[in-house]
Amino acid sequence: MANPQLNRNGELVHLLTTEGLPRDIVTHILDTAQTFVPLADREIKKVPLLRGKSVFNLFFENSTRTRTTFEIAAKRLSADVFNLNINASSTAKGESLLDTIGNLSAMQADLFVVRHEASGAPHLIARHVAPHVHVINAGDGRHAHPTQALLDMYTIRHFKKDFSNLTVAIVGDILHSRVARSDIHALATLGVPEIRAIGPLTLLPGGLEQMGVRVFTDMRAGLKDVDVVITLRLQNERMRGALLPSAHEYFKHYGLTHDKLAAARPDAIVMHPGPMNRGVEIDSAVADSDRAVILDQVTFGIAVRMAVMSIVAGTQA
Amino acid sequence: MDPTPPTYAPDALPDAETLYAALRDAVRAELDRLPPRRVHLVGIHSGGAWLAERLQRDLGLPGQPGTLDISFYRDDFDRIGLHAQVQPSDIPFEVADRHLVLVDDVLYTGRTIRAAMNELFDYGRPASIRLAVLVDRGGRELPIAACAAGGRVSPAPDGNLVLARGEDGRFSLTIEKEPTHG
Repeated sequence: MANPQLNRNGELVHLLTTEGLPRDIVTHILDTAQTFVPLADREIKKVPLLRGKSVFNLFFENSTRTRTTFEIAAKRLSADVFNLNINASSTAKGESLLDTIGNLSAMQADLFVVRHEASGAPHLIARHVAPHVHVINAGDGRHAHPTQALLDMYTIRHFKKDFSNLTVAIVGDILHSRVARSDIHALATLGVPEIRAIGPLTLLPGGLEQMGVRVFTDMRAGLKDVDVVITLRLQNERMRGALLPSAHEYFKHYGLTHDKLAAARPDAIVMHPGPMNRGVEIDSAVADSDRAVILDQVTFGIAVRMAVMSIVAGTQA
Repeated sequence: MDPTPPTYAPDALPDAETLYAALRDAVRAELDRLPPRRVHLVGIHSGGAWLAERLQRDLGLPGQPGTLDISFYRDDFDRIGLHAQVQPSDIPFEVADRHLVLVDDVLYTGRTIRAAMNELFDYGRPASIRLAVLVDRGGRELPIAACAAGGRVSPAPDGNLVLARGEDGRFSLTIEKEPTHG
């Protein structure tokens, strides 16, 4: 099956999803990111790799952290960065997605970072851009959030060194989470032997077992002896549907507290893609403890996004 | 540059250890002209880093040499992209107002050295930068010269000069067919 993010030589032209991303490419991204991390300690935190290139941040859906870290990453690579808040512009006037892309391409865009509420929008854009233009998916619908998954993998590798003996649990709203989906693919690719999903049945999608994931509805059972806990954000709008009784009820069963975390291994790390709802999916006492590596994720996210941008920008379609 | 390094015919290039001994002596002479304790060696990945490591030891310099991977500063990124094995650069000392001796295995077009100098300036403003190389093979495309060299080879051999380091730490030079930018 042709992988739309790879060229004929199997090199990364676009980053659209972690599904089917070969292990050597994932490792290359993580290794490259590792070389970018020490830049933060230098007097000049930039390298000239993308000098003269134009990076367009196209966010059809709101985001602060992801957009900002992409912007920082592009600037540290010396690219020119343009942030477009699409909700407020042409789409609202009825312009189609591909017309928007066509117009921006006419402005000599080299790289599009795309977030869109429609699953598959970055794929559509990647199919229509000129050969020298690259697309990075910054989150599409419920489908994928590959750079978040890669920075999660970077964080896990940083603290645990090796994937081959790990048990990783993803907790919460797996059903609506593109982060969970991308994490599961990446963890499987890197050879994590046990991936668990923990949550209420209403928030667990079907087909997890076929992806090799062990499913738990009980928090303590699911967290038993895990090395890594990835806590997902509970989106408030889920509470308005019939999926959950209340935030309070959710916290009681699935909120990560030190008491529940005691079932995990004593050196287990706690991750969260942000933004956090304290007192809903995670207790403040855990979020602020030395078990939490949530701010490390943010820092590593810059280096990982630099790595992805420099690898795709250097690859011919 | 004094004394002028010996020039060899491509088929009469001495072994890497002989070249290294000449380089070491030339670097020692160069360091004698610089204020001690304000001088640092910086090796370029990977051959230059090996040479800098050994020079540091053989010349009795304190601390560790710096290492640079110039992948993010290359001028041919648009053509060749990012190669697979980028190593982190590591400069474990202040660069500002220090005298730096950049060390590489083969000096050819000078483009690698330009990239290395650009990277060094992102760590601070050095007092000076000198260049020491194991082999100067000519073919410069930029106004760059070494102040210390183990030897010159002229005309250039047909192919790439590649430095290797054995398990005992000894160097060897081989000629590989495919020429690339150096």
